[in-house]
Amino acid sequence: MISVVGTVPDPEFPLTHGPVSLMDGQLSINGRNITVNRGTPALLASAAKASEILEVPDIYAFLVGDIGRGDGSRRLYAFLEQRLPEFDFDVLTFHYLQPDVDWHNKVLFAIDAMKPRPTLIADAGFMYAAKMSGQAGEYDFFTPDTGELAFLADETAPHPFYTRGFILHENNNAPDLIRRAYEHQNAAKYLLVKGATDYVADGNGIIETVGHPSFEAMEAIGGTGDTLTGLLTVLCGAGFKPTDAAVLAAKVNRLTGLYANPNPATQVMELINEMPRALSIITNTETVNHIRT
Amino acid sequence: MNRSETRRRGFADRGFLVFEQTGDVIQAETVLKKSGWAVRVMGPPPEIRTGCDLVVEFPLIEELNILRELDGAGVVPLSVVPVTAPLLAPVDLFHTRDFGEYLMVRAANMKITVSKADGKIVNISGGGCPDVPYLAGEMVGKTLAEAPSPRELGHTLCGYALQLAYEELLRK
Repeated sequence: MISVVGTVPDPEFPLTHGPVSLMDGQLSINGRNITVNRGTPALLASAAKASEILEVPDIYAFLVGDIGRGDGSRRLYAFLEQRLPEFDFDVLTFHYLQPDVDWHNKVLFAIDAMKPRPTLIADAGFMYAAKMSGQAGEYDFFTPDTGELAFLADETAPHPFYTRGFILHENNNAPDLIRRAYEHQNAAKYLLVKGATDYVADGNGIIETVGHPSFEAMEAIGGTGDTLTGLLTVLCGAGFKPTDAAVLAAKVNRLTGLYANPNPATQVMELINEMPRALSIITNTETVNHIRT
Repeated sequence: MNRSETRRRGFADRGFLVFEQTGDVIQAETVLKKSGWAVRVMGPPPEIRTGCDLVVEFPLIEELNILRELDGAGVVPLSVVPVTAPLLAPVDLFHTRDFGEYLMVRAANMKITVSKADGKIVNISGGGCPDVPYLAGEMVGKTLAEAPSPRELGHTLCGYALQLAYEELLRK
C-alpha cells in the first residue's frame, strides 16, 4: 500500500486517515470531500488518477487541516510519532507540512520502527525540514523544483526564503546545484528535479534528463510539482525501480501538458484529467521511444 | 570585526524580536512599518531556529517604544535579543517572466501570475508551507486590487515570499 501525509487548506478539517478516492474532481476520505486545487489534494488526485491505469493497492492518506499556523501539522506529527509503526506501507510520501525540525526527527524515529521500512519520498515543507535536520540521506527521493534545488545546494539556508543570491543565480545550472547538494549531504538518495528540464540524479551525478514535450506555461501553474510527486509515489508503489519510476513520472507529467494545451491560467485539475491518457501512452514502449527522440 | 566595521554593518545597535509564530512576525512588521519604524524581517540565528522562522530586526535604542507599540497592537514578542552576529537575509532577487498575455513574478520559491488585460491573478505556484494552498484559494480568480494580500492571511516564510512577489508585481 502507498501512503501520503499532508495538509488540507481548511482550518476546520480534522485529523483523519484512511483510503482516498477521486470522483468527479473531488477527493473523498472517510466521507469527507476535498476540493482539488494544489498542494496535497493535487498530489493525491494525481495518484488516484494514475492508479486508474496502474495496478496499485489503495492510496492511504494521513491528512489534517492547516492554513499555515502549524497547529494542524503539529497534531499530525504527534499522531504519526505514536502510531506510524502500526502501519505497513511500501511507499510513504510526506508533503505540505509545516517545516519543523524537532517534529521531523520524531517522525523519522517512528519510521525507523516500521517493518519493513517503506520507500520514503519527501517534498514541499517536509523536504525543507528533512534537509535542515541534516538527515537528507535517510530519504529515497526529494522532489525539488529548481528554486528548491538551489535551497538544497545552499548548505546554510534553513528555508528557500534564505537561499543566498550567488546560489540563486545558478538557477539555470541544475547539474552544479545537484553536485553541490550532494557534496553537502543535503540530498536524498535520488533527486527528481522539476524544471524546464527534469533531472533524475543520485550521488554519482545525473542519471537521466527529461526535456520533452516542453510547455513554458507549466512553470506558472500551481500544483504541477505536486502531480509529479503523486505520479512518482504511485509508480514506486507499482514496483518500478526508483530511477525508472522517476523518469516515467517526469514523462507522464509533461505529456499531460501536451493534451491539456496549457496556458499560465490553466488550473491543475485540467492536467490531472489528462493523466490516464498520458500514462497509457507513456507505458507503450514504442511511443516512449518516439517521445525520447 | 573591529568597531568601525561593526558600526558600518549596523549590527551593534540592532536587536531582534522573537515571536511564537511567523504570522505574528508579519503582523508586527506591518504595525511597526505603518508607524515609521526602521525594521526588517530577517532569519534568526541557528541557536533559535526551528524551521519556518522569521524575526524582526529593529533599532535597539527604541526597544521600549517599540514594545509599547506592539503591546498596544496585541502582538507581544516572546523575547528581545541583541544582534551579535549577522542575521540571515531574506531573498531579494526577483525573476519576472513575460508570457505575452500573462506576467509571472517569482521571489525565492514562490510565483504569482496575473493576466495583463485585467490584472486578475490566474495562478500561484511553488512553495511548500501549508498556507500556500490556502492563499492560492483566497487569491486566484481575483484582481490584484480585490485580492487580500499574502501579508494579511499568510503565516509562513512561503507566505512572506509570496508577499514579496506580490509587491514586486504591484510595482510592475
